[in-house]
Amino acid sequence: MSVYVGHAAEAEAFPRAAETLVADTQLRRNVRHATDVIRRKRARVVDEVPDWEALRETGHAIKQHTLAHLDRYLEEFERNCTKAGGRVHWARDADEANRIIVDLIRATGESEVIKVKTMTSDEIRLNEALEAAGITPFETDLADLIVQLGEDKPSHIVVPALHRNRMEIREIFRRKMKLEHLGDKPEDLAAAARVYLREKFLSVPVAISGANFLVAETGSVVVVESEGNGRMCVSLPRVLISLVGIEKVVPRFEDLEVFLQLLPRSATGERMNPYNSIWTGVTPGDGPREFHVVLLDNGRTNVLRDDEASETLDCIRCGACLNACPVYRQTGGHAYGSVYGGPIGAILTPQLQAMQHSQSLPYASSLCGACYEVCPVKINIPEILVHLRAKAVEQGYEPWQERAAMKAASIALASGSRLEAAQKLARAMQWPFEHDGKLEHLPGMLASWTEFRDLDAVPGQSFREWWAERG
Amino acid sequence: MTIDLFITCYNDTLFPDTGKAVVAVLERLGHRVAFRREQSCCGQMHYNTGYQSEAFPLLRNFVRTFADAEVICAPSSSCVAMIRDHFPKMAAASGDEKLVERVEEIVPRVFEFSEMLVDRLGVTDLGAYYPHTVTLHPSCHGLRSLGLGNKPRQLLERVRGLRLIELPEAEQCCGFGGTFAIKNADVSAAMLADKMRCVLNTGAEVCTATDNSCLMHIKGALSRMRTGVKCAHLAEILAASA
Ligand code: SF4
Repeated sequence: MSVYVGHAAEAEAFPRAAETLVADTQLRRNVRHATDVIRRKRARVVDEVPDWEALRETGHAIKQHTLAHLDRYLEEFERNCTKAGGRVHWARDADEANRIIVDLIRATGESEVIKVKTMTSDEIRLNEALEAAGITPFETDLADLIVQLGEDKPSHIVVPALHRNRMEIREIFRRKMKLEHLGDKPEDLAAAARVYLREKFLSVPVAISGANFLVAETGSVVVVESEGNGRMCVSLPRVLISLVGIEKVVPRFEDLEVFLQLLPRSATGERMNPYNSIWTGVTPGDGPREFHVVLLDNGRTNVLRDDEASETLDCIRCGACLNACPVYRQTGGHAYGSVYGGPIGAILTPQLQAMQHSQSLPYASSLCGACYEVCPVKINIPEILVHLRAKAVEQGYEPWQERAAMKAASIALASGSRLEAAQKLARAMQWPFEHDGKLEHLPGMLASWTEFRDLDAVPGQSFREWWAERG
Repeated sequence: MTIDLFITCYNDTLFPDTGKAVVAVLERLGHRVAFRREQSCCGQMHYNTGYQSEAFPLLRNFVRTFADAEVICAPSSSCVAMIRDHFPKMAAASGDEKLVERVEEIVPRVFEFSEMLVDRLGVTDLGAYYPHTVTLHPSCHGLRSLGLGNKPRQLLERVRGLRLIELPEAEQCCGFGGTFAIKNADVSAAMLADKMRCVLNTGAEVCTATDNSCLMHIKGALSRMRTGVKCAHLAEILAASA
């Protein structure tokens, strides 16, 4: 099996990557500005829904039910999609999915494909596989196009170029589209992208999409988007291939009523997405003549097996947890070393691929709970983070100094009398570091505290000593 | 009523004044306050860092210590969140039926300090006098796990002489997060810098909270930068009198 998540296995540990990124003032400014704007919009359209909490509960319940019967719903989807003229392929892992897609494209005899935004394709490194097979992929989502032309990496699951401002985007377009006199207004940039993309839409006959949902009952595939490029990709080409994680299935058409309220409001702060494409198999004389769905596992059934963390698969990739996260706000998505950044990335990546490649991710959170508060399907991210931390400790990935310190602290805190002894010891040991009642330079692991902050010295009398003296 | 204090290990060791203030406030209201010497720590640091089995003896000690307490008051929102959110699960995972039962009995009797005053005792006016400008940082655990809402604010609004100044972006985490501040020191410091900007923009003399762990973090930077802005736990403000 070769399960991988983009290049996350080779990525730097989170703290190291973050150290560089927090020093990038432009990036921090861009990320802060963009997340602030989306958060404000989200809050406005969420507050106006009177039954928002009930919707979240329902969304969670539908997802949990589906995951409990995933095999059944996937087979139902396969039956109905096939009946409608589609073909369903099952891919155990990233390599297998890439192979299937490359073979399908080769069979068409084409050497170019257009793509609608799909993070799943970045997960399996599809573009690299296509290029290696001599097939050129063209991203058609504006943000993905910016990332592709900028030879950059996506930094947000909904807005992959969130870390770029329009002046930077103008530079990329000017260079890559050879537009000497391009302006930096949003209209200028959109117009340039439109001209560049229109030509591809009209000339490339094979398209690759992801999907937001699969409907088991009807065999339909659902893509929601803001730009209309997706609509063109799923309707203009001759051949359409949709790459979809197995967790994206919902049982009934009616379930979309819940998710199509939760998703756009959480993702972009819109009441509804401007473009909602739902298609079922092929229809003679209309749209693609050949339609394939590649169902991707790539570690998902492993996630499913862990009762304490399987709700990770409820995720509808709205990005609200990223926008709400105070850690993401400082670093942007690149620090997470994965196509999935932010709180959801911190729990998803280490579960999909082996923990040893991403043990720093569950620790990339202050556990403030802002992600859980906004998640439209109520994934208890902080709890899953702690669960994964326990796994990292259990598998021995945390430094020995920390393990020793934690063991010692556990013994020292196991009773009141031991705590009392520890207090006395701390007081006796701090004198070399104390200065005017403050500790400004501490050794060992505590040095990273005093690098940025002072610490009050342990006072001469503890509460319990005061209490005893008071009688 | 006898109110048992769970002072929490770090308040006991590092912030004895907070404990003394809690005693003063509760006694002022005419209650008997008890402190059981066998108490120690709720295990939050261990649990949240992934050291579940090291956290477990601390849970046991807590349950042993407070088994027959009527009400337990703790001046730390994150420790109360630890007890409420995680003790039942930890007990269940141990497979010890007896422990599950005892935890089930104890948890509803644990109150965070502002909950104790506003919900359990039904008071908001403690007769305090604190002639300073104050801004309130709503600690993440108080805000999101305990849902303290405007309880701390209600209490502050009744303090004579106190002028409360709104903290901008108040609900943003200060970046402490226990061992997060050590393991991810750079990001933690970046978050703290944002919090600093907001606290300093208020022009307040004092920053308060329901949790000394956030305040320890915030104060760490206020002190390092020699801002002259002070931190004080909510209890210390409510204990102040003319
Ligand atoms: S975890 Fe929740 S908030 Fe985050 S992307 Fe998924 S659905 Fe959205």
